[in-house]
Amino acid sequence: MSAPAAESTGARWRRYWTAFNTIATRETRRYLRIWLQTLVPPAITMTLYFVIFGSLIGERIGPVAGFDYMAYIVPGLIMMSVITNAYTNVVSSFFGAKFQRFVEELLVAPVPGWIILAGFVAGGVGRALLVGLLVTGVSLFFWDVSIAHPWIVASVVLLTAILFSLGGFLNAIFARKFDDISIVPTFVLTPLTYLGGVFYSIDMLPAFWQQVSLANPVLYMVNAFRYGFLGTADIPIAIAYGIIGLVIVLLTGIALVLLERGTGIRT
Amino acid sequence: MTAALRLTNLQKTYRNGHRALDGVDLEVAAGDFFALLGPNGAGKSTLIGIVSSLVNKSAGRVEVFGHDLDREPEAAKRCLGVVPQEFNCNNFEKVIDVVITQAGYYGVPAAQARAQAEVYLRQLGLWEKHQTQVRELSGGMRRRLMIARALAHQPRLLILDEPTAGVDIEIRRSMWRFVEELNAQGVTIILTTHYLEEAEALCRNIAIIDRGAIVEHAPMRTLLAKLNRETFVLYLQTPLAAEALRESPYPMRALDAEAVEVELREGDDLNTLFRWLDARQVRVRSLRNKANRLEQLFLDLTQPATAPPTAPGVPAAQAHA
Ligand SMILES: Nc1ncnc2c1ncn2[C@@H]1O[C@H](COP(=O)(O)OP(=O)(O)OP(=O)(O)O)[C@@H](O)[C@H]1O
Ligand SMILES: [Mg+2]
Repeated sequence: MSAPAAESTGARWRRYWTAFNTIATRETRRYLRIWLQTLVPPAITMTLYFVIFGSLIGERIGPVAGFDYMAYIVPGLIMMSVITNAYTNVVSSFFGAKFQRFVEELLVAPVPGWIILAGFVAGGVGRALLVGLLVTGVSLFFWDVSIAHPWIVASVVLLTAILFSLGGFLNAIFARKFDDISIVPTFVLTPLTYLGGVFYSIDMLPAFWQQVSLANPVLYMVNAFRYGFLGTADIPIAIAYGIIGLVIVLLTGIALVLLERGTGIRT
Repeated sequence: MTAALRLTNLQKTYRNGHRALDGVDLEVAAGDFFALLGPNGAGKSTLIGIVSSLVNKSAGRVEVFGHDLDREPEAAKRCLGVVPQEFNCNNFEKVIDVVITQAGYYGVPAAQARAQAEVYLRQLGLWEKHQTQVRELSGGMRRRLMIARALAHQPRLLILDEPTAGVDIEIRRSMWRFVEELNAQGVTIILTTHYLEEAEALCRNIAIIDRGAIVEHAPMRTLLAKLNRETFVLYLQTPLAAEALRESPYPMRALDAEAVEVELREGDDLNTLFRWLDARQVRVRSLRNKANRLEQLFLDLTQPATAPPTAPGVPAAQAHA
């Protein structure tokens, strides 16, 4: 075989694009292949939430912030499934690649860390959005959807899915055994989401707990998302975007440094 | 001409403090068929791990076809294909997807990757299995899949870490032919193996690594010429009396009632031995070389000061396989 000519800039970017596509496609194939584990459960869980909290209990709660309780909680519940699925998808897929060692296929190849990260995040975002759409579809049986600000809905859900995909990736980098991939979802993610204003407005809390809630980043995402639908929120929307953007930049930076060092993936 | 692989003062100390590589310098010429040999735990896989970016080195430099792995990682990696010692494919993919996916990481478009994958899977006798899930493959098939995967981007340097371990004789020979063919097309091959006859048959140059250091690095022919003694096992029809052994022209010892072992040095010859046996009317039923010659050399170079316990009469080939 003859020596290949030095790679042109154009050729390099085409190579990056193919590599990214390859990872993203494999990630997508993975969650579609196991749809019974990845797509069906969130749809069922959320249907139960809609029935129990929205229809049965919600009737007795009365309006929150001037909206039907059902209309109030649906955006938060969609967001909850987006958050969980983005995180879970990336943490289990990347940890699986480490565990089965086929992450080595990527390490030996000329794939820069940011493309590895982008590929896995694309998988997480894809699944999160698909589940988000499914859950929204189910919710249509329970409320008359109205979207006040479509662009806010779209951008907040996308950014949130990116953020939690990054979180899942970091978790997988540090994970050494299967237990390690469920610790954060159970002890951090679930409490933050449940206390993130999915089910209530923080106006309903005592002043002290209102202040505590403001330290919860999930609160900003849920509220920004709900604002997109209903036009009402507990917090200023600009601050929500600021926080989401900042966290994304931070998590991306950390992930890239860890990939460069080979933390958790190279001996 | 640039070397296919050049290692300079390569060192590795694992996190637990184990020093696996102790300053390795090694150069493999482009086009070579090179054997890296050494006992278990010598550091072969560690060395290959560093070259394939799976292991972080502690110090030193790696160049692949002149591309420094630190400064031009992508250029270096594009020249390189690796078949690791341990199986590391995704169990839940189809065989062909493993190869296509790997090609994709190198920027090979899917259609081209599929065509190339078919060629290699056919040559490696795996095409019937191309739609099979990886987890359903046998051990020997997995090895061949890893070879096809390593070739997905048509590398100029192929490194194989014990590719024939656990592979049956027929498949092993077809793998040899396959790799020889690649080498004939200009691909540089570096191979580790514990089957020394394999290295002797295939490789032109050889390095022996022991406890993290290169203890020998020379052309195979030079090395074999250096070996100045050979041990034969003779199977006798008529047993030799114990005191007779001491009168043998060359050092001889009994293995059991029917077999003796005799060591010949440079300048010795079998005629003398047989004349002596004839004179005692001892008939030799058959004879064999005790160890293959490379094996003898390997043991000379790597055996620790205190010899490990080996059952008398067990051929080294078995003890080491
Ligand atoms: N991840 C690790 N952490 C600590 N020590 C390690 C690690 N991997 C390998 N070692 C040690 O480094 C040394 C070299 O191991 P290596 O796998 O490179 O040997 P090898 O020559 O490939 O052996 P074999 O022929 O058995 O495959 C051994 O002593 C091994 O125990
Ligand atoms: Mg090894």
